[in-house]
Amino acid sequence: MESLTELFTYILQNLINALQRGSFYAVISIGYSMVYGVLMLFNFAHGDIFMVGTYIGFAIATLFIALFAGFLPGPLIFVATVIVTMFLASWIGVFVEVAGYRPLRSAPRASAAITGLMIGIIFETGILIIVGAQRLKFPALMETVSYNVGGVYFTNVKIMIIVISLLLMLALHGFIQKSKWGMAMRAMSYDFLAVPLMGVSINIIAPLTFAVGAGLASVAGILYGQAYPILDPYMGVLLGWKAFVAAILGGRGSIKGAALAGYLLGFIEIFVATIFPSTLRDLIAYSIIILILTYKPRGFFGMEHSTKLRL
Amino acid sequence: MKKITCLLIVSFAFAMVFSTSAFSARKTIIKIGINAPLTGDIPKVGEGSKFAAMMWLEDIEKAGGLEIGGKKYDVELVIEDNESKAESAVKANTKMITQDDVIAIVGPQSSSQAVPAGEVANKYKTVMISPWSTNPNTTLDRPYVFRGCFLDPFQGPVVSNFISDEFGLTKAAVLYDVAADYQKGLAEEFKKAWEKRHGAGSIVAYESFTTKDTDFSSQLTKIIKSGAEVLFAPQYYNEVPLVVQQAKELGWKGPIVGSDSWGSTETVQLCGEACYGLYFSTHYAAAGATGATKIFIDRYTDTYGYVPDDVAALTWDALRLAEQAIKDAGKITGRIEKDRQAVRDALAKIKNFAGITGNMTFTEEGDPIKCAVIVKINDKGEYEFFKSICP
Repeated sequence: MESLTELFTYILQNLINALQRGSFYAVISIGYSMVYGVLMLFNFAHGDIFMVGTYIGFAIATLFIALFAGFLPGPLIFVATVIVTMFLASWIGVFVEVAGYRPLRSAPRASAAITGLMIGIIFETGILIIVGAQRLKFPALMETVSYNVGGVYFTNVKIMIIVISLLLMLALHGFIQKSKWGMAMRAMSYDFLAVPLMGVSINIIAPLTFAVGAGLASVAGILYGQAYPILDPYMGVLLGWKAFVAAILGGRGSIKGAALAGYLLGFIEIFVATIFPSTLRDLIAYSIIILILTYKPRGFFGMEHSTKLRL
Repeated sequence: MKKITCLLIVSFAFAMVFSTSAFSARKTIIKIGINAPLTGDIPKVGEGSKFAAMMWLEDIEKAGGLEIGGKKYDVELVIEDNESKAESAVKANTKMITQDDVIAIVGPQSSSQAVPAGEVANKYKTVMISPWSTNPNTTLDRPYVFRGCFLDPFQGPVVSNFISDEFGLTKAAVLYDVAADYQKGLAEEFKKAWEKRHGAGSIVAYESFTTKDTDFSSQLTKIIKSGAEVLFAPQYYNEVPLVVQQAKELGWKGPIVGSDSWGSTETVQLCGEACYGLYFSTHYAAAGATGATKIFIDRYTDTYGYVPDDVAALTWDALRLAEQAIKDAGKITGRIEKDRQAVRDALAKIKNFAGITGNMTFTEEGDPIKCAVIVKINDKGEYEFFKSICP
């Protein structure tokens, strides 16, 4: 019905769409995996940590644009916004660990999981009370430039989202593989009983993990604000759940797996809607994921021992 | 000591019982319920409803109460938040009817909540006027449920004919939320009307998403590839900016036309210049209004600092309809079931009510026959009257 080049551009267009969507799932699902690696539990407040991070990003971006828009170049404002937001949002992660999870560390797993949900609700309601129910528009941190290359449309914002997400994940990989802190985190996820005996305190590693996860989520939030600039207090719920699906699909505790599964989820969602009627999108997309999990119950990179130990 | 405490408690309880009963014997307060989405997906709609209701109450209080059969009664508003969720809207209606003894309810606004909430109102034989719900099912076979606006079977053809006449296009695409009664119903009506005029297959893409989705890129890519010349997007104000922005980024060049759900003040605030020049169908146009409509708009703008959207205007009309019906009922007996029935009968009889969004006479179903307005978002981001289409 159409020429081959037309089909090719169509597929390429959807590939870019999927890469953008997948980037968000990937960066957010890493937050789930990291916490699982260290504490063997899923932090169900992560979607709402992402939401709070986005609101912080909104506040910082608005402030910086008001202060510096005249004399600082756009990219510098963007970088400054990212750094300050990351710093502030990581404290949200620390807060969640210290206030929510630490008191329940020896409690049954289910209690800890529920704590995450409660913290999520507290964040949603808190933002609702502090900011109000009205929608906010995330300020554009850069001028959107559209490109059309042979019928494939994309913007500089899309490219930036994809590239920054990849850079973030590479940086995280370096941090975990090369730094001392990262080594401690890896050790903790390998054996959380013996490692504290070696003088690595769980009370430092756990909040650090939460902080890194929250920092990543807040950058995802700023990028999200550039792609989908409407903020609401419940924006983290659906995205959080989908990222959680990606974390499971990638294999519990595996950061590489979470990232890959995040992209895969984006691809499945976009291409299912492309091939089938969009009404059936979620039905088919998540059936595919159930099917994958049936054949790979531990996800792509899930470790053997984690299933024996917990949850 | 214990005895004395007991005695004190008992006497206090007695005092409370008697004081309240004495109070209610002295004065009957007329309560009107407002069921509005103050939080949730569309809080601006709730805000407009609440502000309009407060303005109305201010008028009543200034007049010293509502005069019924030569006697003045105090009026109280019971404002409940339905969080723009169907189940909360049902709960709010049940509470207002069974606990607060409201005589009539105004709201909920969007069909997703008004359809299920109408069921409750009808069951308890309490008048409910939904100012903004355009889905036919809200009032269908429900003698106690009324509305203040036109219906989607009317709005669908209005938009379809407007696009055909104004732009002369023949291939259209539709994007709608499959989980929202309003969007789904209107999308179907539009499709029916469009295909009737341009033949089967003239809707070249009919794509959906689910509430809370923010990424429409695959649907829009499909729509663009289908060769559609115009996109009909009956989304709410929180989704419109995302749809418009993503469509443009993906290379959509044609017009995007919306429906009355675009009418909120926040559509333009959130969407910015991307939405300038677009058209949508709605209930009234604020820019260039005259007479009572202008008085309302000016007063609202002075009080709350922004131009009222169609929801506020329709809520105002709905409350004034309720007021008229209560007055027409002739007297308040104090027995709530009887009073509710009298209000319902009076409301059904109202003829040619002069509202600020047009004249209203109810049909058998409780739907008014009204004109629709096509509004253009002009270069200043105002809602400019473009043309009026009457049944």
